Parts: sequence; structure tokens; C-alpha cells
Amino acid sequence: MESGPKDRLQIANVSRRRFLTGLAGAAALVIAARWDLVETAEKRKYGAEGMPGGYTDNPNVFIHIDPDGTVTVVNHRSEMGQGIRTSNAMVIADELGADWDRVRVKQAEGDHSVYGNQYTEASRSMRQWFDPLRRAGAAARQMLEQAAADRWQVRLSEVKTGVHEVWHEQSGRKLGFGELAEAARTLEVPDPASLILREDHELRFIGRESGLINGVLETSRPKAIDGEGIVSGTAVYGADVPFDNPLYAVIARPPVYGAELGRFHESDALNVPGVLKVVRIEGAGLPAAFNPLGGLAVVATNTWAAMQGRKALKIHWDYGPAEDNRSYTSSAYREILEARAQIPGEVIRKEGNFSKAMEGAHQRISATYYMPHLAQTPMEPPVATARVQKGNAEIWAPTQNPQATRTKVAERLGLDVTNVTVNVTLLGGAFGRKAKPDFAIEAAAIAQWFEGRPVTLQWTREDDLQHGYYQTVSLDHLEAGLDERGRATAWLHRSLSPSTMSLLKADFEHKSKVEQGMGFNTTPFDIPAILLENPPATAHVRIGWIRSVYNLPHAWAIQSFAHELAIAAGKDHRAFLLEMLGEDRKISNRSVGDTYNYDEDPAIYFIDTGRIRGVIDRVAAESGWGKEMPRGRGLGLAFHHSFGSYAAVVFDVEVSEGGSLTIHRADIAFDCGPQANPERIRSQLEGACIMGIGVALLNEVSFENGVAQQDNFDRYRIPRMNNAPREIRIHLVENPDEPMGGVGEPGLPPVAPALVNAIYAATGKRIRRLPVGDQLKG
Amino acid sequence: MVTLNINGEQYELDVPDDMPLLWAIRDVVGLKGTKFGCGIAQCGACTVHMDGTAIRSCTTPVSAAAGEITTIEAMEQDPVGKRVQQAWLDLGVAQCGYCQGGQIMNATSLLKQNSAPSKDEIINAMAGNLCRCGTYNRILVAIERAAGGEEQA
Repeated sequence: MESGPKDRLQIANVSRRRFLTGLAGAAALVIAARWDLVETAEKRKYGAEGMPGGYTDNPNVFIHIDPDGTVTVVNHRSEMGQGIRTSNAMVIADELGADWDRVRVKQAEGDHSVYGNQYTEASRSMRQWFDPLRRAGAAARQMLEQAAADRWQVRLSEVKTGVHEVWHEQSGRKLGFGELAEAARTLEVPDPASLILREDHELRFIGRESGLINGVLETSRPKAIDGEGIVSGTAVYGADVPFDNPLYAVIARPPVYGAELGRFHESDALNVPGVLKVVRIEGAGLPAAFNPLGGLAVVATNTWAAMQGRKALKIHWDYGPAEDNRSYTSSAYREILEARAQIPGEVIRKEGNFSKAMEGAHQRISATYYMPHLAQTPMEPPVATARVQKGNAEIWAPTQNPQATRTKVAERLGLDVTNVTVNVTLLGGAFGRKAKPDFAIEAAAIAQWFEGRPVTLQWTREDDLQHGYYQTVSLDHLEAGLDERGRATAWLHRSLSPSTMSLLKADFEHKSKVEQGMGFNTTPFDIPAILLENPPATAHVRIGWIRSVYNLPHAWAIQSFAHELAIAAGKDHRAFLLEMLGEDRKISNRSVGDTYNYDEDPAIYFIDTGRIRGVIDRVAAESGWGKEMPRGRGLGLAFHHSFGSYAAVVFDVEVSEGGSLTIHRADIAFDCGPQANPERIRSQLEGACIMGIGVALLNEVSFENGVAQQDNFDRYRIPRMNNAPREIRIHLVENPDEPMGGVGEPGLPPVAPALVNAIYAATGKRIRRLPVGDQLKG
Repeated sequence: MVTLNINGEQYELDVPDDMPLLWAIRDVVGLKGTKFGCGIAQCGACTVHMDGTAIRSCTTPVSAAAGEITTIEAMEQDPVGKRVQQAWLDLGVAQCGYCQGGQIMNATSLLKQNSAPSKDEIINAMAGNLCRCGTYNRILVAIERAAGGEEQA
């Protein structure tokens, strides 16, 4: 191969040991910092303030008003289907007083020194930005009012803002936003502490229900910012940015995590019409952190030619460096974890004396639950375009993480970060996959061979499933004792799953503090003896994360087991859950050893068992919990709290004699405290319901000899319309005085256990290994 | 050379016969509304119409695309398509939106063949279109709304 631009990773590889000790570069640390928090509680900042890049509430950053009155809101968070471009704009427009029809949204490029934190993950966009964006809107409104007061030579207090105009009460004079914009822009930004936010009754959008509510269109909804673009096919996703003379590339990556490129004949690819070049991509070795896996890129004049060129290559892979991973077969690994679950592990939390409480128990129950690897499979596979020109790199990518993308591309190309521009397109779904900047780095590593020419690096679905950042497997073993009155007196939970930290440190064996804090050490039950243990589990594939992360297996196991206990105790499931929750109380996350708490202040965000009771009671009432069900039909319940929010789900299912499942209805009660945009909260919960049904019934990535056995939607099955409940009903619990919780993720964890509990209620068959798959047949 | 008729325009393309219509539409003609999701006709993100009927452009070679091709970009000129798009907007169907072009193309094709489909007919017709955000329940209501036509106006 000819020599060309230097691929910096060759230099980085000199210090591969640095990777092994967990220092995988600055951007990785930015991410890692969130994933292995240490106890430095006193000095920690919380919420938006504690995030890399912090926050800003400066109106000049987020709001621009043209002389014609058009209000442009700059949105700095990634839009991946949660509706944040619309919701952020609504928050600002409401405080500002803007006419919604005259509001536009411009997407910010990646630069957290200007916009504050932009890393769109952990359901934190609205939770952490609601207050700063409201203040930005209020400050801009006050600046417009000041400009009007100056113009009219009246006191500021005599000036009011209506919709898109400012008026003087006594004289009735009015000026539009556009007429005031230029003067307002020159004014000093008011002190945030002096701002007066709008009264609740003045709000037009924030907290207002609109649109479709449980299948019925109640009132029209404010136009979604990207709605028309989406239905007309003009919305711009990662592969849709128009360029002159672009190139297209795909990459052949090592079939096993850690294998390296060996022999190949580039002419095999170059002989395919349209193929222009073959480019070697250096991998990062093990662990890969957020770097490309390496391999061979085929660059062509169109995507199809690149794909055909790749197909023609006969690559000999060097499996030497991946020997250990090449022995990974997930079914065998499950057995290893099952055996290990019988042996005590690292103690995570201990209250009372578990063994003694078990000795005195009237009944002893134990069960083991398994959740397989999952893949995020956003409908838009990873894709990015890069153009390298005169020492500058420009990226267009559907990324959740523009800052890390910028830093890592700069690092890879040996550029200063200020020479890298990251444009964030719409994300065609993400679910955690697009938090990793690897695909943009790949695009940049290819584009540096084509000075000035944009190169679009497309992942195929096969690439996505075969070379993913997989959600961990998890094996959860639980034991409990019940007294003669059927009350739980002892609770043991041994949870085994490789950590996402294995991306940075290959031999990382235990759950990080962040992972423990996702529904494991935060178990809310009031049981005299609690013992939580985490035996070791190492990773053999890239472990990433999917929506709701470790909450998913923890909730699945805990909520399934709680149902099994209720049955053993001969009690109604709901009554039993409330009994295990005990008195309403606010548990400090600190008191159970959780230092994560989703980066929120433990003095403000608690584990509030009263709010758990609230969602259970609500979902029970709405679903008709306790009603007589016909033969073959049953209701199943589960709850979970995560990301500062509370969710409870009831499924109504029917299983035929032959084992085919019909989901008649799902009821979901949800308490996220204040609701910024209820319409999109509902859509997120509906979506979480469908995704959770996939987790319960269909999703599994299995491995044989280190190779993923699924490579497209024919074998990695995700829910289709026929898998959806006939009806999904969302019940939002009004709790405006509590701190705001997240929305995107917390609906998901209770879905799979509620569904499996419902299947038990309908059939008496207990599923402990996901997915349910064919287990109901015969 | 391959001749394609897309959205009423004639294109002479210098592409191999076996190139899937999807890539001809996206990379050669430059219409980006038709999406790549799986490449094996499993997800429906690439759905376009040929002579008014939904087909998967990712597995249709250009040599077999001799009819009139319509993409999502031209749906607003189609009375049924326009109604479907409006129902999508009214009900806030889309989340990320990536699959929705294909969903709309397939829903429009269904309504052209069956102007008043039952719930089961909708589910059967739409089962080939994946949505990872999970908008299926809204899609179903939106198709019923679009089928209802005038009385919903």
C-alpha cells in the first residue's frame, strides 16, 4: 500500500500499556469519568454544573431574533427521537413569549466551551437544562422589555410581554420582537438571580398536555420542529448531508474483538467498478475504548460499489491478539456465570445478618435470571461524513457525543481541537450506540487520504450487529426467606455482569459504582437482612450500553423475583410489593452506598418509596388490577425507579394453548416530577414499552468463538407492529414540586419483568432466561 | 446505462444492472429521503412505490425498476400520501423519524389498495416496517385517521 497521511494511532500504540491501565485518552476519560465515580463527595458538583463543560444560561448563546421577528433557538443537545429540539425550543419560547409559528431551531456544533455540556445520555437533557434554558428565555424577554422601556422612556415595570410583542400598559403602545431585537442585543445580560420566571398560569407549552393521549386526539399539538421534514423526506440524518463529489466507504472489521488485519490483496476490491481505494485503518488493540476496531476501508464513488468491493476482499485475520476473546461462546459463559453465582462475591451492600435470617426463615426461595447481550440497532446504522482540508477536519455525524467526537478526531489526526468542527445531524435513533465516537473517527481516518473531499463512512446492519458495543450479559441470582406470615425477612442478590469499564481496562471484573447505582445497590425494599454481592465477570466483547443500561437486567431480576416471592407467600403481588417497600420514606442514595445517583445531588434526589407506591397505586387503579381474568389470560406488574423518575407497568396478556402470545394492553404509570413536554413524555413511554417487549420476547445477540451469531433483522429480531400491545395507556402522575427526573430511559426497565410476570399469571409458566423466544411453545 | 423514472423525471444512469435501486436513488440521483436500514428487505426503511405499489428499494436491482418510481419526496403530490403525511403530523407519530418515510410509503400503498382497512389488515400490511423507537400504536391510529379522510378534517 502506498504511504499517505500518518495514522496517529500507530503512535498511540507505542503506549498501549497506558490503555491497559485505563488511561485511554482524554475523550475516553471524559466519558469514563461518568462511569467510575469515586467517593469525593464533598467536592462534587451536581446536576448540569457537575457535567464536563458545565452549563450556561446566557440568552445570547441560545436565542437569536431577526429584524423580521423570526426567533432562532440554538439547540445544543442531540435529537435522537426524544423530541429535544422541540422541547428545548418550547421551554425557551414559553419564557420568552415567542409565537411558536415564528420559532426556528438551529443545531449547535460540538463545543461545550460555548454551549455547556452536550453529551446526550442518561436522560439528562431536560432534567439538567430545564432551569438554565428557562432562565435564558426569561433573560431575553427582560432584555426586549428593557429595550422597549428605553425606546418609550418609561419604567421597565410598566412594560409587559405578550405573544411576540412588548407593550406599554398605560399608553397601549406595542413593539414586535423583531423591532426590538437589535437594541436588546446590545444590552447587558441581566443577573440570573434577578430574573422573574413566568407564573404557572402564564405558560402556554411547559407542562401542558396536547396531542394524542392514549389513542385519542384531545387537542392539537404545537408543531414538532422536525415533523414536516420527517414526513416529507427532507430531514437530514447522518448520511443525508448534500455534498459535491462525495466518496463513500465501508470497512471490513475483524470478526473477533481484538483480532488484527493480516494478508489481503487490495486488487480484489479495486477490480470492482467504482472502487477507488483501499485504506488500512489501525485498530486500538485491546481494550478498544472508543476507538475504531481497525480493518480495511474500501472507498468508492457510491455505497453499493464500496460494499461490493468489500465483499470481494479475501482477508486473512490475525487472531493472535484475540485468542482469549476467540474462545468466547455466550451459552458456555452463561454456565460459568451460573456456577459462579453459587459462590459469595464482593459485598456491595449488607444490612442485618442474611445467613442467620435465612436459618430462621419459614420458607426459602431462590431463582436465577439471565439476560443476554442486546444490540441497540438504531434504524439508522452508525454513519459519518468527514472532510479533511488544509489542516482542518469537519465532521457531520449523528452523534450523542459531539465533544468526544471532536476531541477524538483531533487526537487521531494529530490536529488541535480547534481545527475540528463537529456538525450534529439528526440521529436516526441512537439508544447509547451513538454515544461512542468510533464511527466518526473512522470517517476521519479515511478522509485524510482525500484532501478536501467528503467521505461518508456507512456501517451496514451486518457491521452494526457484528461489531457492536453490546449491552452486557447479566446473570442475577436471588435468594430470600419468608417468615410464617409470608413477610420477606432475608434478601440476597448476586449480580454478575461484565462492566462497561472493560472498554478501558480489559481485566475489569466488577460493576463500577455507576453500574451498581443503576437499580442494584439502590434496591428500595425494607427487609431486615439484605446482602448484595457482585462476583467477578470479565468481558470478551466490546461492552457498551443500551437505553437504561444496567437498570435493565437489575430490574428484570428483582421484579421477577419479587413476584415469585409474592406467589410463595400466597399474597397479591401488588400488596406484597407495598409490604416489602414498607413505610413511605426518602432513602438517601449515600446510605445504600450509591455515589452515582445519576449525577444529581443526593440531598435533593432521593429513593422515594412514597413515589414508588404512587406509581404502583396509579397503575393498579388504571389497569383494574385484581379483576377476575379468563383462563389463559393474566395481569403482570413491575416497577422501577431510575434517572430520578418512577415507573410502574401492568400488562394484560393472553397465551393460547399452542403458546402464542397476545398483548392486549399495557398500562404505564410514570412520575418524573415536573413535566416539561407531556406530549413527548407519552411518546417516550410508548416507545419504551415496545422496546421492552423486544427485550422480553425477542432480542439476543449470542456469540460462538467470539463471533456474533446474528447479523441482520432476520435473526436479531426486534418488535414489529404485530408484537405491539393492542393498546398502550400512559398515566402521568402529577408531582410538580419534586425535582425533575429523566424521561427517555426510566420507562424501559420495568417492561420486561412486567410482561414475564403477566405470562406467568396467564400460564403458570415462569421464564427466567430471556428472551422468551419459543419457551411458551409446547 | 439504465433509465429510471423517479418522481416523474427521467434519469439516465451509468450504474451496474445489479445496483439496488436504493443506492441509485440516494448516491447517484441524490434523493436522500429513502433510507438504508438493513439491505435485505427486513426493515422497510427503503420503501418506495413502483407504479403505486410499495417495494423494497434495497433489494430491487435497477434493472428491475422499469416502472414509475415514486419516493417520499413526492408524496405530498399524491392525495392519499398527503393525507397520510398530515395524519402523521396531527398525531405526532414520529420519534427519531428515520423509518417514517418508509412507513408512510407503505401506509399510502395500503390505503390505495384498501381505502378502509381493518386493524388486523393494517397490522398485516405494516408488519414489514420496523420502527426501533416503537411508534407502532400511533402509526396504526394515524392510518385509521388517514383512511377516515374527510370526516376527520
